[in-house]
Amino acid sequence: MRRWLLPTLLLIALLAAWQLAASSGALADLLGLESFLVPSPAEIGESLWQSRNLLAENAWVTLQEMLLGLAIALAVGVALAFLMHLSGIVRDTFNPLMIASQTVPILVLAPILVIWLGFGIWPKAVVVALVCFFPIAVNTLAGLGSADPEAAKMMRTLDASRRQILWRVETPTALPQFFTGARLAVVIAPIGAVFGEWVGASSGLGHLILQDNAQLETARLFAAVLVLSVMAMALFALTALAQRRIVTWR
Amino acid sequence: MRQDTKMPAEAREIAAASAANKPAEEGAGISIRHLGHSYGELETIEQLDLELAPHGVLGLVGPSGCGKSTLLELIVGLQEPSRGEIEVDGEGAGVERLSHCAFMPQRDLLLPWLSAIDNAALALRNRGVRRAEARARAAQLFERFGLAGFERAKPTALSGGMRQRVAFLRTLIAGKPVLALDEPFASLDAITRAEMQQWLADALGADPRTVVLVTHDIEEALYLCDSVAVLSARPMRVIAQLRAPAARRTNRDETVTDPAFVTVREHAMHLLREGFR
Repeated sequence: MRRWLLPTLLLIALLAAWQLAASSGALADLLGLESFLVPSPAEIGESLWQSRNLLAENAWVTLQEMLLGLAIALAVGVALAFLMHLSGIVRDTFNPLMIASQTVPILVLAPILVIWLGFGIWPKAVVVALVCFFPIAVNTLAGLGSADPEAAKMMRTLDASRRQILWRVETPTALPQFFTGARLAVVIAPIGAVFGEWVGASSGLGHLILQDNAQLETARLFAAVLVLSVMAMALFALTALAQRRIVTWR
Repeated sequence: MRQDTKMPAEAREIAAASAANKPAEEGAGISIRHLGHSYGELETIEQLDLELAPHGVLGLVGPSGCGKSTLLELIVGLQEPSRGEIEVDGEGAGVERLSHCAFMPQRDLLLPWLSAIDNAALALRNRGVRRAEARARAAQLFERFGLAGFERAKPTALSGGMRQRVAFLRTLIAGKPVLALDEPFASLDAITRAEMQQWLADALGADPRTVVLVTHDIEEALYLCDSVAVLSARPMRVIAQLRAPAARRTNRDETVTDPAFVTVREHAMHLLREGFR
């Protein structure tokens, strides 16, 4: 009850205040702007409905980029975490590189990726993968390392091999933390996709936002942001659902 | 030989595993000679000699932090001693000791993502036995040890005493001649602990094993064990080895109030206090 009611009430209050401030022109006056530059929630809703086909087409493009990028991030992040967990050499070799990969500003990297990979889905998916693999890898690695060493000893006296300890003890132990990483990843995935689109794209919500910005289509810009945010929240909800289904022991 | 190559890989694995593990019924003795152990600069075990016959039950009591758990890990082959020898069934190498001993840790350490029966059957699964077969074999013991009906329960749904029973079954099902129990009932309340002591005594009567039991409860040690080694504070040595007057008698409550039992218990308490100095 409280989990749903309070955020909904807050949202309604914010929207009402915004609606009032925007439709009365008070917000535009305050900012010293023409009133069409400061759309009200009702205008955004109207634009959302009128441009629904355009928004849906572009949302589909961005969703594909996000899903492909997340798939790469999951595969690479989990594989890297397991390899780093199992081998000290791999851990010491990859750790500095992994951290370095996060210090390179994605805005600098994205144009280079477009030069290398062209204007298709790949440069965007790679940008998404680059920002998303890190939380997955770091959290999964921490999770694998958090297994109780006493449980490993117990398993050794029950004739478990290293592989069986990894599979029966360490992997289930790591699952909750893996999901923490995955939830972080899905909420930053749209940021990666939009950055990827900004440096070179002919479609996608990021591309549309850029166009609307240039054409002062502020209502549709907000509508595009809204769609993007709803997609990310849906992915987050799906991840949380998967966690509840899989991690049943907590 | 020809038949061997025709066996499926899994069956060969199981055959090899059970060949390596001597059948538990035959029993295995333990012999510890001139054992000394250091952890870095810290000397944890000064000098230790202990003998345990097949199917014997040996209690190790001593003050907390004296290194009882370390001694247990040394015996089962999870660690190698700095000095001296440990032989289990005449085998000295760590891997050999490990293949003869099953270890029940202080906390039950049931894996929360597995049901009670899958926890109990872990050793079978580790040896490559199929899940259905492993469950079927564990299920027989569930009935025998008063756990019927709780096969599919997750560990969080079990009481402390039941969790301890499942943890003990997990150790027993490994089918090894030596069981190493590290304060198995320390976390239980007094009434459940007394019940579990009786239960363990009955279990060992039905399925005898060589047991090393670490505890700081002298009464528990004297009731469950044939002999009890009283250990000193670190660096550890044996202060005295006592014979238990009434090991695993059918009625625990009568046993522990028996005058002969009480005399030995008081004597052991006295020795322990000496060891603290």
